[in-house]
Amino acid sequence: MFKGKIFGIFIGFFLVFLYAPTLLLPIFAFNDSSIVSFPLKGFTTEWFGVLWNTSPLHVAAKNSVMIAITAATLSTILGTLAARAGTRYKFAGKKPALAFIMLPMVLPEIIIGVSLLVVIIQLGMTLSLWSIILGHVLICTPFSIAILNGAFMNLDQSLEEASFDLGMSRLKTFWLITIPLVLPGLISSMLIAFTISLDEFIIAFFLAGTEPTLPVYIWGQLRFPAKLPSLMALGTILLVLSLLLLGLAEYFRRRGAKRTGQMNTGGFI
Amino acid sequence: MTDNAIIRLEAITKFYGEFQALQETTTEIRRGEFFSLLGPSGCGKTTLLRTIAGFEQPSGGVVYIEDKPMTDVPANKRPTNMVFQSYAIFPHMSVEENVAYGLKARKLPKAEIAAKVAEAIEMVGLKGFGGRASHALSGGQRQRVALARALVLKPKVLLLDEPLSALDKKMREQMQTELRRLQRAVGITFILVTHDQEEALTMSDRIAVMFDGEIAQIDTPQGLYRRPNSRRVAQFIGVMNFMACTNKGETETGYNVDIAGLGPVSVPKDQAPAGVVEGMKAAIRPEMLTILDANEKSAFVTPARVSEVYYYGDMTYYDVRFDGHDENVTISMRNTAGRGTLSAGDTARVGWGVDSVLLLP
Amino acid sequence: MIAGWRRWRKSEAAQGMLLLSPTFLFAVVLLAAPLIMVLSLSFWTQNYLDLDKTFTLDNYKTAWGAPIYQTLMARSLKISLLVTMFTVLLAFPVAYYVSFRVRPERKSLWIFLITIPFWTSYLMRIFLWKVILGYNGVVNGSLLATGIIETPLSFILYNQNAVVLTLGHAWIPFAILPIYVALEKIDRSLLEAAEDLGDGPIRRFTRVTLPLAMPGVMAATVIVFIPTIGDYVTPRLVGGPNGLMIANMIELQFKKANNAPLGAALALSAMLIVSVIAALFVFLNRKYLKGPE
Repeated sequence: MFKGKIFGIFIGFFLVFLYAPTLLLPIFAFNDSSIVSFPLKGFTTEWFGVLWNTSPLHVAAKNSVMIAITAATLSTILGTLAARAGTRYKFAGKKPALAFIMLPMVLPEIIIGVSLLVVIIQLGMTLSLWSIILGHVLICTPFSIAILNGAFMNLDQSLEEASFDLGMSRLKTFWLITIPLVLPGLISSMLIAFTISLDEFIIAFFLAGTEPTLPVYIWGQLRFPAKLPSLMALGTILLVLSLLLLGLAEYFRRRGAKRTGQMNTGGFI
Repeated sequence: MTDNAIIRLEAITKFYGEFQALQETTTEIRRGEFFSLLGPSGCGKTTLLRTIAGFEQPSGGVVYIEDKPMTDVPANKRPTNMVFQSYAIFPHMSVEENVAYGLKARKLPKAEIAAKVAEAIEMVGLKGFGGRASHALSGGQRQRVALARALVLKPKVLLLDEPLSALDKKMREQMQTELRRLQRAVGITFILVTHDQEEALTMSDRIAVMFDGEIAQIDTPQGLYRRPNSRRVAQFIGVMNFMACTNKGETETGYNVDIAGLGPVSVPKDQAPAGVVEGMKAAIRPEMLTILDANEKSAFVTPARVSEVYYYGDMTYYDVRFDGHDENVTISMRNTAGRGTLSAGDTARVGWGVDSVLLLP
Repeated sequence: MIAGWRRWRKSEAAQGMLLLSPTFLFAVVLLAAPLIMVLSLSFWTQNYLDLDKTFTLDNYKTAWGAPIYQTLMARSLKISLLVTMFTVLLAFPVAYYVSFRVRPERKSLWIFLITIPFWTSYLMRIFLWKVILGYNGVVNGSLLATGIIETPLSFILYNQNAVVLTLGHAWIPFAILPIYVALEKIDRSLLEAAEDLGDGPIRRFTRVTLPLAMPGVMAATVIVFIPTIGDYVTPRLVGGPNGLMIANMIELQFKKANNAPLGAALALSAMLIVSVIAALFVFLNRKYLKGPE
């Protein structure tokens, strides 16, 4: 079944398929040509320079980062509460309530964008970055819960009971025992929510008022062929950034696991 | 109520939804004793322990510790401390930090904490381990840290939830002696939960045997072993032979019964805790039956045929068959010098006395 | 009675509910309430910028009746189903490879590698497929250079095939992960026992591995199918005129066409169809596979 070498070759082709678009990014980012197509014309860093000088880009980037940090924080907080409630307590209606909270994970984003748009307009409010933040928290929280469920389930409940038994208050127990031991999960949740928010397009597209996010800005630029090489440069930067963040996340996760002597069973997933 | 009682349980019940985990329980535990809650999985012993600790709220009834009702007292304010089954050693702290944890909660000065921690660590035999990271400890070492961490707070009662079940046999026996010694040294009341009857017998002053959420019998180890009040208790503690018997009448001092395989005998009334009941059985411990040598005498002698022999080095167990009783009866014999062993198929003369016969419902 | 209330308040159930409430309320306010508003909107009419709130089923009649929307919906379903099949069929061998052929200490690295492309900008990735599949793109360039073809292929871009390929590529990690998790959970000693009892490798796979992996496959199917139907970017960038999907039409109604009620009706209808199909799929699977849930 799935014998050796042929399987290996298949996997090889798969990886090529998987990475094809991603590898093109740095290739065209450094390509000395204003047209994004083969054949390649030489090495240049001028596209990165163009990015440096484009101020609307900086505004959009700033917006995106601000939104992402806020959304990540809020969804991690909401996710922590929900994950703890889900893993530690039994009460009526728990399963349906949690299923509802997790729903955005499988809903097409356009539905979420549409419904939030309708609500905001109906209530007579104006679209702003906060509308986007709320939409992002809605879709990031389920991911946060998924990650933190694992973290809380790995946490031996008797550790918190022991702390309580030894005289600490519930709050102190949470701070001294629970948080340090689920910290890798918290960091993981922050990073994943940040990444999701940073890259999210459709909700931001629907709910953006006058201030665009980075993906919305990119979308607007895609129709201009002249802008494409610099967009490649931007994509490369974003790729490197994401990899750095993920690498950091993995580093902290392993360090946390080592400190608490837990098994290193593999990434955040 | 005796004023020697440090814990009193009054009409404690516990329900989880429809399921009743604890039947109405009223009992007391004495100051300074090593008390065990013994029973099979699911009998409610851990629930009872956690109710005393404050981790479970009883559905009904009151827990008194030193005559104070504990109903509104949360677990972190009770004069009890617990050693958890998983030991619950904080993995992100060293041994010292673990032991110091409860003292830090009491906001004691650093120097005092350090001194007490050192003393506690030494008391459990872990001198020099203070700086060790907790995930680098063996199971037995972790258990000692858990003990030190609890005892350093000088609780009135120490609660232990199956502390030895995760250890291997040798370690377990070692820790049994350790725990007993420790308890005598510090003089605190220990309440131990276990499903291992040998453990309970070795360590306890008194044992409460629990089945299905209620206490079936409380007594000293000897009392439980020699005078179980029901078949279930008798079977749970040690090994017991049961033989059908029919009631043949009653005298002033005893019950006349006919025991299948052994014949008619008059059993003293205090050896029948429930009197004469329908379906009762005669019960006799394996060590109370002897395979007699040719010249040995005994009050009662009954012939039997050996069906199986189990050799354990210091002991030999025989499964024998009596005429009139269809099941094997187990006899245990110490292999003392001069005593031979029989083989399957041999005939034997089995000696026994009426003072070792119980009539159990 | 008051003591009973106090006891309940301190109880586990009350604490749990309290803990869950912020997140739950957030979801209710930001998801349930808006969805309900969308529902109401779908029964109204929009005249330029004013809303006529009289109840009407016209929007639904149009959404289900007008040929253009029927075609669009059918096409979206078709594309979504193709994408789902493509990703799940491709994901399974990959997940199997990582679970059964990769050394344990390397597994997390592989999963990491498989998810890296996911961390590049989604827009960029779709756009790059345009670059790869385009008239002057990578595929045509290499095929021309090696002499396999003489004129560039034009059927690989700006149509439904491109949409399926691009969407499949984007969602592959989402299909691999649940299948991988399910495969990892399979107790290897079950396979050893099957071998011991005489099953060859193919039978071991069909009798042990595949059934036990089914929950993961089902999860992957649902995870890919439901969101892809609502994708906006991919059809817009690589779909061409015949590759547009329902989400593009919904966006059009809300923005340029100024017909939000119709957009709402379309959106909800699409959701209904998708949920019914997904529920049916899960139900059929449960019924016929009777595997672990």
